[in-house]
Amino acid sequence: MAEFLIEIGLEEIPARMIAGAEAELGKRVQEFLTRERLLENDATVKTYSTPRRLAVLVSGVRGSQADVEEKLTGPSWGVAFKDGSPTKAAEAFAKKAGVAVASLEKVTTTKGDYVGATVKRAGKAAPEILAGELPKEVLAIYWAKNMYWRAGKPERFVRPVRWIVALLDTAVVPVEIAGIAASNMSRGHRILHGAAPVVIASGGAYQSALRDAKVIVDVAERRQIIRKALDKVTRTVAGARWREDAALVETVTHLTEWPSAIIGAFEEEYLSLPEEVLVTVMRDHQKYFAVEDENGKLAPHFLAVLNTEVDEEGQTIIRNGNARELRARFKDARFFWDVDQKTPLTERVESLKAVTFQKELGSYHWKTEENLETASFLAELASKAGVKFDVHALTSAVQLAKTDLTTELVKEFTELQGVVGGLYARAQGLGERVTLAIYEQYTPASIEDSIPVSVEGQLLGLADRIQTIAAMFGLGLQPTGSKDPFALRRAANAIVKILAESDLPLKLSEVAHSALTDDVNEREVMAFLRERLSFYLKDVRGFSYDVVNAVLAADADDVRDAVARAEALTAARASADFEAVSAAFKRINNILRQAVEKGFAVGSPDAVKAPEAQRLKDAAGALAPEVAKLRQDRAYGEALGKIATLRPVVDAFFDKVMVLDPDEAVRGAHLGLIDGVLKGFSGIADFSEIVTS
Amino acid sequence: MFRLQGFWAERGCVLQQPYDVEVGAGTMAPETFLRVLGPKPYRVGYAQPSRRPADGRYGENPNRLFKHTQFQLILKPPPVNVQELYLESLEAIGIDLKKHDLKFEEDNWEWPAGGAWGVGWQVMLDGLEITQFTYFQQCGGMDLDPMCAELTYGMERIAKYLQDVNSIYDIVWARDPETGAEMTYGEVRLAEELQFSVYNFEDADVPRLWEHFNSYEAEAHALLVKAGELFGREDASATEKKRFPLLPTYELALKCSNLFNILDARGAISVTERVGVIGRIRALAVGTAKAWAVQQAAAASS
Repeated sequence: MAEFLIEIGLEEIPARMIAGAEAELGKRVQEFLTRERLLENDATVKTYSTPRRLAVLVSGVRGSQADVEEKLTGPSWGVAFKDGSPTKAAEAFAKKAGVAVASLEKVTTTKGDYVGATVKRAGKAAPEILAGELPKEVLAIYWAKNMYWRAGKPERFVRPVRWIVALLDTAVVPVEIAGIAASNMSRGHRILHGAAPVVIASGGAYQSALRDAKVIVDVAERRQIIRKALDKVTRTVAGARWREDAALVETVTHLTEWPSAIIGAFEEEYLSLPEEVLVTVMRDHQKYFAVEDENGKLAPHFLAVLNTEVDEEGQTIIRNGNARELRARFKDARFFWDVDQKTPLTERVESLKAVTFQKELGSYHWKTEENLETASFLAELASKAGVKFDVHALTSAVQLAKTDLTTELVKEFTELQGVVGGLYARAQGLGERVTLAIYEQYTPASIEDSIPVSVEGQLLGLADRIQTIAAMFGLGLQPTGSKDPFALRRAANAIVKILAESDLPLKLSEVAHSALTDDVNEREVMAFLRERLSFYLKDVRGFSYDVVNAVLAADADDVRDAVARAEALTAARASADFEAVSAAFKRINNILRQAVEKGFAVGSPDAVKAPEAQRLKDAAGALAPEVAKLRQDRAYGEALGKIATLRPVVDAFFDKVMVLDPDEAVRGAHLGLIDGVLKGFSGIADFSEIVTS
Repeated sequence: MFRLQGFWAERGCVLQQPYDVEVGAGTMAPETFLRVLGPKPYRVGYAQPSRRPADGRYGENPNRLFKHTQFQLILKPPPVNVQELYLESLEAIGIDLKKHDLKFEEDNWEWPAGGAWGVGWQVMLDGLEITQFTYFQQCGGMDLDPMCAELTYGMERIAKYLQDVNSIYDIVWARDPETGAEMTYGEVRLAEELQFSVYNFEDADVPRLWEHFNSYEAEAHALLVKAGELFGREDASATEKKRFPLLPTYELALKCSNLFNILDARGAISVTERVGVIGRIRALAVGTAKAWAVQQAAAASS
């Protein structure tokens, strides 16, 4: 059992692409070895990466493939041998199979006797197979952006390949990738180790040899080192904590081979800039972690993760360098802030005409006008339903919502759109409600994010998104498959989430209707929103798919109501009575479908004769108004409990009564009865959708 | 700057003086834009004052300039140790890498109007971007073969860093060896930054700039039409092809590009117009590049 190591040495790979490529290379190598019958059953595959390398270490590789025997079948025996002598057909088959004529065998099948041959194929040695096929696997790795570097453009890869290590135990496997022949020589940290090659004796020595050359190849270990280093340097400031930022930890993990951290400081005066701006500058532009004090307030410090280890003098140099750059960025931000204040948001509405929203639709000025109409429609509905909010603040917020796109600060920090508008509204005294609504307009930014706190923000968020969806649908720009260039699914997810988690009594159809124009197919927009509601219930709220189907079959318009019904149904389905009733409903559905197929008429239930049918009719008749009342009061748990009490009569009915009675009148009455039961109790959910055991 | 030039001269680079037509970046000078085309190996380095009218800040911002200086280097094809050579060049200008934090962070570059793009990195030294390192893949809408490495050093930033000053304007540009009197970047350039900001943002005459633009465009376009006819003629002699003035045609395209940038800074180009105008410049730049490639091939085969 051998160990196989492959390391692809590259110029710095973009950090965002490393994790995916590392996993893909591991998978490709494993599948390749499996396919080539070179992997032991108990083999282990471990992957490594740094900005300059991707590596896979496999323990449990066979030195060569096992020999295989293969049975080939040729022409019929009678054709191959005439009077016991081989014919031309026998000779041709033997030649093709690579065996002597004398070793041909008779194979007896149900169709008669045939000529057979047993062919032995010697397994190939692992190095031969690896050298032949592995380069294709490596070069097939997916990269979001590729380049070529050699003359004649023979291959494309993320960055130039500079070295290859390929070892089967201690022997170099003669692999050649992108013109680079494999050796046992890797490279260490650019600066801490320098250009001298790092000899890798075997796969088992890989990690330690590179560790000696100041490279930590294990990603998890580097991540851990970074977290500890951040903790350690933060402790030098009393009461300070670094702000957790898992995405940033990932980025810096993939930017370093030998990480360490420093803490630096900036002047307190910059804390007068909004925290959002400071954090964005630190995180997005400098890849620094923010530091907060014991009250969670931003402290005038920053943490930088380095790809090196330096002495005291170096630390001072690096700290000063980073601090100076951060200060310059903050100064820039303040410059933009000050410049932007010279033109208040209220004077920026006109200049939105110069900012394109979508080239076939128009500018953000057009978008604002549309949003105003959409928002006023929604506001009126909300108002009528008794929702309290400041309609003037809402109008101002919608009017000014996009004006921050014309500010220098947003041009510089695009990720802060909305936030900057809100901060400026506050600074310009436009009132807290306007401020908050503008600030929160893009929340929830993701499905995990929370919804706007203010009603004005919720209404603005709904109006802005549904207007975008409807307008894009009007142009035929619906998302298809994995393609959703305008992030319309995310927009619709946010609409559903706002409706589900706010107190707004708006229905999906009302929201859709608020933005409809002549060009837009309302049913298409509704279907899209419903699909997002289904996604929300299943993937975000975790309801099982049959509960979601049952609930949405009854009604898919009122989002909060759907959530409440899904909750009640999830709780109720556990009871045995309820399950039995669900099974009965499914049966009812099937029978009614059959009846339609066979053209059976549905009559009045009054004509039922059997006592079990009579009892079901009475019980259902008595219960229906009660359940309807409970449904109206949204007492879904109680309603479902009531429905479950139907079990004995329903069971008895199906036990004793032949529903599809040969007598047409009786059958019609039965069908009328069960149709009534189904309709009467399907308002909360279509129970026939529930999967029963 | 001397040391940087010396370093690369010792490695076989032609040292050129700045190109004397307004450009937005060293890439746009013909020493890069046209020389990267075709199969002929070439190594060149030059400082290039680069004008970005919209980046002007009236001399008030310590980090941003209307006109900054790039040291532009083209290595065609790049040697396999191009990154190591680059690090040596940093050591050569006095940066002891053992005392700094250096990272190559993904940063891809493109100039749509030139049909040019490449992949590469911004080289970060202690959190400061000191160099744009690009592997040029396409130029003039054509794949480059061989491709080349383009290193663009931001000279003001590096000088600011090496001298440990907080503002570009505080960089010491010269020091009198006898009196020790210093001449700063601000003393040399501040007036230029201020006045060009005023011009670009406030005073540039929009209708006249458009007139200039249209007239340069018309001349370049006429030359390109002529070039197309000449290169398409079967009986055109090698001498005729070789002497066709494509380099002047490209200069006219650069004039248009600079005028566009001023109009843009002036706020005179709406978003809808923008794409169209870039397309017009692209037609000139890419058209010249394509013609240049044909001309070079003709010259090589004669």
